[in-house]
Amino acid sequence: MLSVKNLTVQFPGRHGTFTAIEDVSLTVAAGEIHGLVGESGAGKSTIGAAIIGLLQPPGFVANGDLHLENTDLRALSAYDAHQMRGARISVIFQDPQTSLNPLMTIEDQLIETVQAHEEVSAAEARDRSVALLEEIGIEDAAKRIKAYPHQFSGGMRQRVVIALALCTNPELIIADEPTTALDVAVQSQVLDLIRRLADTRGIGFLLITHDIGVIAQITDNVTVLRGGKVMETGPTDRVLKTPEHPYTQSLMSAVPRLDVKLDRFLVPDSDTPKLAAPAGKSAADAEAWLRAGEQALGEGLGMDNITVRFSGPRESLFRKPDAFTALDGVSMQVRPGSVMGLVGESGSGKSTMAKVITGLVQPASGTLTLGDDPLPLARQRGRKDPSRRLVQMVFQDPYSSLNSRHRVGEILTEPLWLYGLEADAGKRRDIAAAMLDLVGLSADAINRYPHQFSGGQRQRIAVARSLLARPRVLICDEPTSALDVSIQAQVLNLLKDLQSRFGLTILFISHNLAVVRQMSDDITVLKSGKVVEASASEAFFIAPQAVYSKELLSLTPGFGA
Amino acid sequence: MLGRLFRSDAVYYFWRSPAAIVAAIVAVLIIGGAFAAPWLATSNPYDLASFSLMNGLLPPIWEGGDPRFPLGTDDQGRDMVSSILYGARLSLLIGIMAMAIATVLGVGLGLAAGYYGGRFDAIVMRIADIQLALPAILTALLIDGISRGLLPAAMQQDLRVTVLTLAIALSLWVNFARTARASVFVERNKDYVQAAMIMGQHPLRVMVRHILPNIMGPLLVIMTVDLASAILLEATLSFLGIGLPADSPSLGTLIRIGMQFLLSGEWWILWVPTIFLVALVVSINVLGDFLRDVFNPRLH
Repeated sequence: MLSVKNLTVQFPGRHGTFTAIEDVSLTVAAGEIHGLVGESGAGKSTIGAAIIGLLQPPGFVANGDLHLENTDLRALSAYDAHQMRGARISVIFQDPQTSLNPLMTIEDQLIETVQAHEEVSAAEARDRSVALLEEIGIEDAAKRIKAYPHQFSGGMRQRVVIALALCTNPELIIADEPTTALDVAVQSQVLDLIRRLADTRGIGFLLITHDIGVIAQITDNVTVLRGGKVMETGPTDRVLKTPEHPYTQSLMSAVPRLDVKLDRFLVPDSDTPKLAAPAGKSAADAEAWLRAGEQALGEGLGMDNITVRFSGPRESLFRKPDAFTALDGVSMQVRPGSVMGLVGESGSGKSTMAKVITGLVQPASGTLTLGDDPLPLARQRGRKDPSRRLVQMVFQDPYSSLNSRHRVGEILTEPLWLYGLEADAGKRRDIAAAMLDLVGLSADAINRYPHQFSGGQRQRIAVARSLLARPRVLICDEPTSALDVSIQAQVLNLLKDLQSRFGLTILFISHNLAVVRQMSDDITVLKSGKVVEASASEAFFIAPQAVYSKELLSLTPGFGA
Repeated sequence: MLGRLFRSDAVYYFWRSPAAIVAAIVAVLIIGGAFAAPWLATSNPYDLASFSLMNGLLPPIWEGGDPRFPLGTDDQGRDMVSSILYGARLSLLIGIMAMAIATVLGVGLGLAAGYYGGRFDAIVMRIADIQLALPAILTALLIDGISRGLLPAAMQQDLRVTVLTLAIALSLWVNFARTARASVFVERNKDYVQAAMIMGQHPLRVMVRHILPNIMGPLLVIMTVDLASAILLEATLSFLGIGLPADSPSLGTLIRIGMQFLLSGEWWILWVPTIFLVALVVSINVLGDFLRDVFNPRLH
């Protein structure tokens, strides 16, 4: 039905012409779900934009054929292309928050879309919209259609977006990361819906995603992209189980497995070999400095009956706003030198726990301990408190956790200076350079700015910064969820290495169960601010106890199983 | 360092923006002329001995005036070119100083208000709201009036420029405070600021070393726009006669003097400084707009 042949897309720009897509061919048949998978920058979304004729200028289709049935998509006039969009090809975007107009009811948006493409009365369009909402699984649709987008949950909103895409009976739907913004439970419902629509209505789907789990769960065929070129294409089962291309093979081995714990990830083609670091600035020096005579660095971390309340939305001008309980009597014990995995859906309070430990959020009640000593809560913790140094944090987004106006050297020497670990400025730079070597970056990184590095390299810099405080406890809040799978594997390997070499205590926060299985010794599952289950990691994955844990595990798209 | 500047986005877009190039040329000519006034001007308008009543009210050369005075003379025989260069010098000096004071005051308060939030933020922002409810010119008039009441007469003459600068600065700080505060609210939730706070860095260090460099973009834009406002405000006050006295004329004073000749045929005494002031303010504003576009990634 859709056939793309030898597609090449170019972006002429200030630094010469950039070829985003090179010689890509693929076909989508009616009723087929075709997965398009690749890491960021692989050109997945650009292919989708080229098909619907909405490439961001100055990008243009330099070469190739785009046919939908017998229509040549490249030959369409601007007006015809506009008519075709929506009517024959629809798009589902990633974020259901922003793809619906917050000021229009669901009804208005659906009717508007139906009437834009067909000459029907408002009443008829309305009937059809209600039927559509019922079809995609919204109960009591006749009533709920009057609601505004914010009155729906994230998953419901994505269903409405799908209804919008469906209401003109398109032949092809391009779904660009349709479930990336959703929690696992909701994700699996939305994916089921897409599968059902492909089967019952015979719509072809082009499913763009970076998540191999999603690909494994619902696609028929898959095309693996890298740097704008097709690496491998074929039936999903065959490509995922017996990949032929070396890149696909290494990609598959980098995906964290949910079913078994491995010692290390196999990393796709490693970075270019870096030069041996000069004496005094090598990884061995950093290691010696970090140990400073001690064998194991980790200390235990305890959390006892912590409750955190935030003030909720104000209902009345004259009453205090109701409190919203983010954490409700949470207790947790992290053994010295072990990795504790903290799991939960968004809004379960994972990050709030990290903020309580680091002293950014003041709990209403409860106590913290570090080693054998009490750890003061946020407001009681002075700026000079020793725990400021002993507890360090690695953030989720390496693009915002490093000050973009400072050079890497300044970023790395700051903890040394601040905690008074090294008085001499020259020696501070040497230690920083040595630490860069330890995390696998070359020494010349010290004079560059963060934006000159890729996401994975930035995350390494962030890890180096936290190590330069000579910490006892490392808190990693989703440290790899902003990274591509192969980069994620590298950063996780680095954390595993550091942990086993120095015996650091790590609190590893993630929503990704497969990653947590690979990383942690113990596990704590949070739901709505309460601990649902806490046990040793392997025991948890083999036989989860709580109902919620079982549900969570069964919904996570397994791959390779 | 210089190489990086030439390869930066600002320079790249600058060479592709005709309006910005023209504005930059005008601004550089005027500002350069103003600063080089003592060497460029043929006479010193402050020095009564350097001009003569005999040369009074000469028209510009294309209307048949004296070649020594290309843009004509005023009623006292002052060369218009020299008056304008010296006037622009004073206007720019007051404008830049007022803008600098407003920047330091406004950014300082805005940073602290955004960083600490809560009661301190509420107090600073309510003061800013009150200030905004009054026209800037009224604030400046008020401060001017208070200073006249408080200072002895002898000091008043010497401190005219200082008082005027402060009056203008105090009526412009609000823009900086509001912009800085809004930008801090965005930045302070970013991880790099949280990281600095977790480490236990001094709040002052977090504000100045970490947050400030990251919010400079919008502040630079306001600085250019407010420089133009400061120059205009000074001209307005001088035009009303409460700014600078006639013996140390700024552009506003020159325009006020010129008003007297508007209906008597000597149009150049009014129009030459007016056009000059408009050219200066418009070119600074165009440059400010250009900077705003460069710093707004959504526009490219």
